[in-house]
Amino acid sequence: MSGSSSFFTSSLGRKYVMGITGIFLITFLIVHAGINALIFIDNTGALFNSAAHFMATNWVIRSMELVLFLGIILHIVQAVILTRQNKQARPQEYAYANANANSLWYSRSMGLLGTLILIFLIIHLGHFWVKARFGIPEGIPEGMNGEHDMFFEMKEVFSNLWVVVVYVLAMVSLAYHLLHGFQSSFQSLGLNHHKYTPAIKKIGIWYSIVISVVFALMPLYVYFFLKN
Amino acid sequence: MSGNMNLTLKVWRQKNGNDKGQLVNYPVKDVSPDMSFLEMFDVLNEELVQKGDEPIAFDHDCREGICGACSMFIDGRPHGPKEGITTCQLHMRSFKDGDTIVVEPWRAKAFPVVKDLVVDRSAFDRIMASGGFVSVNTGNAQDANNILVSKVDADQAFEAAACIGCGACVATCKNASAMLFVSAKVSQLALLPQGQPERMARVENMVAQMDKEGFGNCTNTGACEVECPKGISLENIARMNRDYLSASLT
Ligand code: SF4
Ligand code: FES
Repeated sequence: MSGSSSFFTSSLGRKYVMGITGIFLITFLIVHAGINALIFIDNTGALFNSAAHFMATNWVIRSMELVLFLGIILHIVQAVILTRQNKQARPQEYAYANANANSLWYSRSMGLLGTLILIFLIIHLGHFWVKARFGIPEGIPEGMNGEHDMFFEMKEVFSNLWVVVVYVLAMVSLAYHLLHGFQSSFQSLGLNHHKYTPAIKKIGIWYSIVISVVFALMPLYVYFFLKN
Repeated sequence: MSGNMNLTLKVWRQKNGNDKGQLVNYPVKDVSPDMSFLEMFDVLNEELVQKGDEPIAFDHDCREGICGACSMFIDGRPHGPKEGITTCQLHMRSFKDGDTIVVEPWRAKAFPVVKDLVVDRSAFDRIMASGGFVSVNTGNAQDANNILVSKVDADQAFEAAACIGCGACVATCKNASAMLFVSAKVSQLALLPQGQPERMARVENMVAQMDKEGFGNCTNTGACEVECPKGISLENIARMNRDYLSASLT
């Protein structure tokens, strides 16, 4: 055994960290999309508001929030380190490389797609999380039961067409990031088996499309059908 | 002869490791479609020598797809446009009259250019020396039936052992990662009983050496698997990852 420190700084150790944080973020997206999709079921927003209230006050969820931020940061930090090392590994580029002949463009563009998602994430946190948690720049109005009226805020934010466009484009980036990321995280964790991998790949494609479409439909639905 | 082709080659010329190097145009005339890519280079080199120019340096040895020496990055792909073959197995019938063909050396920090198309792949040798072997006390040969190996394992080990160490996986990987090569060399022994005693130390040492040589990190684009002339599978990389984790935990 060479000790855990060398594991986490080795190429394979970093790959494990990317894979585990990736799968963790994949499961988070399911919860997030599931809760938000309540607006499609109940367009008064009461159901969504009470679910959001539960998420914001339950201590288990609140502690998971910390783990979530930690996961995101780890995922980003590893990505930056790995990308820098990968650039150094080929100091001189080919005059002509036909990469499309052997791999998919989005599998080679995870850094770019990830950066777009990060930019979106900052905007998105500013729209909802920072307001709800810290009241910056202003707090979220109270709903009927005294909880944050996140539904009202959602309708406010998505009344701006540009915001809707940014959200939808971000979900396109997310879809491609997940299309590669889903199956890639299983491979990184060493979970590749001729019996199961074809199924994992299929589930990954469905997951990436469904999650991104459900998220993208929210701003569109609110903009076109729900007004404050 | 009819059917012969006139081509333009753009070949990377570089005097030595310190030279900057550049692509140089060479018109080649009357190329037979039955020639191999390397034979075309032989003809071109003869012409260059006759003119008093320096011939183009390139690696080759067996010329039958088993040694892995013939490293050429042809038209943006290692070993050219065909899958499952090495450069020496590539024939000029894969090109058409009037084509311009770009030929570059493998590009990776761990594979420095020695001259023209020749790169130094001794990083692979050092990875092998760090653990890609089985230490045996030689005595009398065992009865083969004493060590039972399932057909499935034997086949998978054999497929992994087909790796010829050509470095096409590194050359094509956007990260210049050597994972496919190292995983093949780890797997060919990890799958067999003879490889078990040193299994954990082997994977740890080989991965450590791979990192030390300055190869990049795998991002699972799968380009290596497509370009590998021997069809080495990504399943080997997954197996290496599993073994590496167990090795780190024990
Ligand atoms: S894995 Fe394939 S491409 Fe890589 S060195 Fe071995 S034979 Fe060549
Ligand atoms: S010269 Fe040996 S594989 Fe091409």
